[in-house]
Amino acid sequence: MNISELNREREILYSGHSACPGCGAVLTVRHMTRTLGPDIAMVITASCWSIIAGMPPLTALKCPILHCPFPSAGSVGGGLKRGLIAKGHLDTTVVVLAGDGGTFDIGLQALSGAAQRNEDYIFICYDNEAYMNTGMQTSSATPYGARTNTAPYPLFKEGQKKNIMQIMAAHSIPYAATATVAFPDDMERKLKKAKEIKGFRFIHILSPCPPGWGAESSDTIHLSRLAVTTGFFPLYEIYNGITWKLTSPPDMKGTPLNEYLDSQKRFNKMDQIRRKALQEEVDHDWSCLMDRCEASVDTD
Amino acid sequence: MPFELMSGNQAAAAAVQRAGVDLVAAYPITPQTAIVETLADYSANGLLKGEFVSVESEYSALACCNGAVAAGARVFTATSSHGLAFMHEMTQWCSGARFPIVMVNVNRAIGAPWVLDPDQGDSLSQRDTGWMQIYCSGAQEVFDTVLQAFVLSEELLLPCMVVFDGFYISHTYEVVDIPEEETVRKFIKPPTFEAQVQPGRQKNIHGLTAGENQHLLVRKRHEDMLKALNLLEKINEDYHKIFGRSYKAVYAEIPEGAETAVVAAGATAETVRWNLPKLTGTGLIQLRMFRPFPSDQLCKIFSDHKIKRLIVIDRNCSTGVGGIFAQEIKSAIYKMDKPPVVNDLILAGGIDLTGDMLKKVIEDSHLADKSEDKWGVDIQ
Ligand code: SF4
Repeated sequence: MNISELNREREILYSGHSACPGCGAVLTVRHMTRTLGPDIAMVITASCWSIIAGMPPLTALKCPILHCPFPSAGSVGGGLKRGLIAKGHLDTTVVVLAGDGGTFDIGLQALSGAAQRNEDYIFICYDNEAYMNTGMQTSSATPYGARTNTAPYPLFKEGQKKNIMQIMAAHSIPYAATATVAFPDDMERKLKKAKEIKGFRFIHILSPCPPGWGAESSDTIHLSRLAVTTGFFPLYEIYNGITWKLTSPPDMKGTPLNEYLDSQKRFNKMDQIRRKALQEEVDHDWSCLMDRCEASVDTD
Repeated sequence: MPFELMSGNQAAAAAVQRAGVDLVAAYPITPQTAIVETLADYSANGLLKGEFVSVESEYSALACCNGAVAAGARVFTATSSHGLAFMHEMTQWCSGARFPIVMVNVNRAIGAPWVLDPDQGDSLSQRDTGWMQIYCSGAQEVFDTVLQAFVLSEELLLPCMVVFDGFYISHTYEVVDIPEEETVRKFIKPPTFEAQVQPGRQKNIHGLTAGENQHLLVRKRHEDMLKALNLLEKINEDYHKIFGRSYKAVYAEIPEGAETAVVAAGATAETVRWNLPKLTGTGLIQLRMFRPFPSDQLCKIFSDHKIKRLIVIDRNCSTGVGGIFAQEIKSAIYKMDKPPVVNDLILAGGIDLTGDMLKKVIEDSHLADKSEDKWGVDIQ
């Protein structure tokens, strides 16, 4: 998609928001709101987006936004959808927006409960791989080997990034997908698909954070693409927890992981042993994903 | 009027059903469980108007209510003890958000160790969260108060906690007058408060604010809650006209010339009431509303009746200070010319109040010329 092709009339996010330049989470929400809008109601949990949305009564988003406490997003979303239905607003799409902390960590219980109940809304996790709103502290979405303010050099984030997609798939929800802003067509298609489906839908979006990752503001799209082409963040969909489908370009995963790591300061003290370990982890996850996709019966 | 034999828990559920709620989000915890079971039963039999959602925790129960009430729905949840403690963040959030939510809390002590007995420490540790709190002394009062709480809460846009003792009230069966739905409808109409989330309307709800704004919001919330004392009287008048029953924020039963009064809330007040005939020269003051605290009403009762001694019964203990009701009353009587002496009988942890215990404490209070704390166990 060429950015000039964007239909301005569909725009729900305006300029004047308070994100850092080049923030991946803003592009994420821009695509998301354009695709799902205009009849949407958003729930935003504690995250950079609590600030980006603006200081009430002002806001950069042209829709109702309900802010809520950190661990509660999963449940507030379900309550809001049910409340809207009780009040006769049957068609409004409820979107819950959470960062990785509000999804992988403190938000996980309510998210799991809502997924298990198959609550009828779309949960969007914009994953910048740390607590960026408070200045980059380790979350369970932080990749192995990265440095953060709670794992400063000579420490590194130990342990793998939690595999949230496998967790969500285990709930057998109707639809789950990954996306990045480097592939807006793919993201838009997935959001449209999510909108058509009833029940719990989960979209995991990798959202580069220039200050947190130690990258230029102009690198956001480049990094999002590298994350995909190195296989670090594959693009795929999961239907009902059983049908796995790779959706990214066929030549995906040809780039060595080092290229991705070298583009960000958070990895620049990472030694060769750790780099090798992370490459092996990425390769292993990739082959597991391929196995799953091959074993899946296409029901689409 | 149909009379039924039911427990306090069932009476609470019946009121929720009659109130025509849009959503109940619930998680079971002893001794509250029968409330959610009864509501689930109503739902299964098509008697509950709204949705019944079994959520995965108390935290989520209140979070789910927050979402639904933001859309303008009438919602309810119930909890006890650890469940209420787990909700703590959400209790503050929904009062700050001005969400009119009604919740029943059935008093139960909080561990460690594990304990099931009634102690008001759970609800009282939420006293500063911006929730109104009303303590009930029997199943009929529970039914009536839950209905009134919806009206109060939706009028003031503040959440309201209806509180009663575990087992003494939650599990004890009484004959309760449960009016038909049509009669209840005369008192409680479908909710009319404005939805905060309205599809198509651009609005940034409860996003980041700062300094002066937050100060003004807190002040407004405080001033609005103080209105509950008068509003409850008005609601009671309406209630009385339809159902013939009415309640006050503070209820006094003081014989002519009595200089001693026992102040109690919840089931304890009922125990005192039964023992009053044996306690010559002693009256009862039943404190129903704890938030907002009815300071002026209390002071007026004390001075109207020339009360010299108060025995406050606290089923709670704020460690390092003593009983919470006694502390609050001491602060309320500070402005009186001749404040009564406050003696505190602390029954934390759930021990029974007996007639003998009460008699002994009243006798001792006559000997004391200053305030005293008494631990119930010591005087047996
Ligand atoms: S800290 Fe990162 S995620 Fe947060 S607004 Fe800035 S760029 Fe976006």
